[in-house]
Amino acid sequence: MTPLPSEDTAKLRERYPEVFNRPASSRLATPLVIVAALAIFIFGLVDLDFSPSRLIAGVSQLGWISMMMLPPDPGSSLPAYLIALGETLSIALLGTTIAAIAALPVSLLAARNVVPSAIFRFPVRRFLDSIRGVDTLIWALVWINVVGLGPFAGVLAIAIADFGAFGKLFSEAIEAADRKEVEGIRAAGGSKLHEIRFGLLPQVLPVIAGQVLYFIESNTRSATIIGIVGAGGIGLQLAEQIRVLEWQKVSFLILMILVAVAAIDWISSRLRFAIIGRRAVA
Amino acid sequence: MTSAVSILPEQQLASLNEAYRMAVRRKRLRTLFAMALFALALALAAIGSEVNLRTLFTYFGNFVSYFDRILTLEDHTRVWTNFGEWFWGWQKWLKLLGETILISYVGTLAGAVLAFGLNFLAAENTSPAPWLRFVVRRALEFARTVPGIVFALIFVIAFGLGPMAGVLAIAIHSTGALGKLFSEIVENVDMKPVEGVRSTGASWLSCMRFAVLPQVTAGYASYALLRFEINVREASVMGFVGAGGIGQELVVAIRKFYYSDVSAILITIILTVFLIDIGTGWLRARLFGGEARA
Repeated sequence: MTPLPSEDTAKLRERYPEVFNRPASSRLATPLVIVAALAIFIFGLVDLDFSPSRLIAGVSQLGWISMMMLPPDPGSSLPAYLIALGETLSIALLGTTIAAIAALPVSLLAARNVVPSAIFRFPVRRFLDSIRGVDTLIWALVWINVVGLGPFAGVLAIAIADFGAFGKLFSEAIEAADRKEVEGIRAAGGSKLHEIRFGLLPQVLPVIAGQVLYFIESNTRSATIIGIVGAGGIGLQLAEQIRVLEWQKVSFLILMILVAVAAIDWISSRLRFAIIGRRAVA
Repeated sequence: MTSAVSILPEQQLASLNEAYRMAVRRKRLRTLFAMALFALALALAAIGSEVNLRTLFTYFGNFVSYFDRILTLEDHTRVWTNFGEWFWGWQKWLKLLGETILISYVGTLAGAVLAFGLNFLAAENTSPAPWLRFVVRRALEFARTVPGIVFALIFVIAFGLGPMAGVLAIAIHSTGALGKLFSEIVENVDMKPVEGVRSTGASWLSCMRFAVLPQVTAGYASYALLRFEINVREASVMGFVGAGGIGQELVVAIRKFYYSDVSAILITIILTVFLIDIGTGWLRARLFGGEARA
């Protein structure tokens, strides 16, 4: 690219002063943000005990670990791992289903077009928000205290964590529904319940089904990790093998998780497209 | 306004009705079949995860009373009657909370920078070579699918206990997640500017810098902020496996039945998550206008 002759540049400068002479505040904004972001980053590195020597030692250690992971080998515990994987999938499926069934009525209460009064809606929404603010792993710990170690605690943890998420997603789906059908039913003399059953539900059920399938998929991932705190499934095996440094088993378990997640992804995206047609699910 | 509905002759009507009924019946049959299949899967799952409704009913009272207990101080008064006693460790907790936020900040930024470096290689329209794209994509997929806390478990052994393992785990997981989202944005850019820059004889790097980057920065920043929100939650549990942050304190409180501490720490976590959500939401709205709220 050849630069423009200087008289042309001068003419351009004259004609578009707002491009060439931006105020200092807008010219400095981007570099300032970048410098601030970097400053916090470096402060963080220092505060969190990062040091090059630790990093190098850790990376070489990590290299060793990855070498030891090859080849993946379950040893003699393959049947136990398969059972654990089945447990994980069961936890995901059951937890999500319970959450969806419980969340549907609550989400109606949180939707603006069903419950118009904000005084009533507000506490329901905040309640759902606080449930969502707590991570699944924390819920798992709480449920372990209540029902004891094992997959059942995992099911309940997933159910309650998703209940919060579903409540919000469903109520958004309901709010996005078309009002005309509801009005049609009201005009035909339907009661409030009729409006929900015949006006709203047929519109939102496909959306909800799509979301539930998507969550079963993402919960397969969550269910693999809640075992780490003792709530059953393949995560329990994984955490144990990591603690006793059986790296070949660890890599095999990770591979199993990857394959299972990919398989569930594939199935549920097929089902999702079958239910809602080829459009994206939010 | 009046209008007449024309009534079809009996015979035609009968055949139409018949066809309608058949269609409805087929649809119902299919729904019924799907539901039976689903119920079967549920039953299997219930056996697989040792669901025991009796335990649930006997213990459900425990669940409710658990919340009663975490809201009671040791001297049997409600927590909110004595804030000083309830939040006795607030200085320590705030410090740990700060560490948690810092972990997620450093992790998100590192992950975003790595994802930024890799995503042009992973996007279909900008990748310089198909084999490179394949390799980068599989690597990102791996980083995304393995849960962050599993990385943390392994890193704790490699790098030692402490927040460093948490930061690295979050960074890797964020690289995977953001790399995919970023490359999807790149795949949706307008290719005409790229052709324009290329036609001047520019290199691949200049094409990315001057044609693609200006189109995608807003989307990148929006996703990175969203990821930061998610990572704050993630970092709050990293302490469960010894990877720093407030999780360590929480897991000790839950396991050792320090009831009022559990509720105090949970409330500080929830409040922090709220504030971060609101803050990043506000920031995104300010930076990119209302429509960019994904």
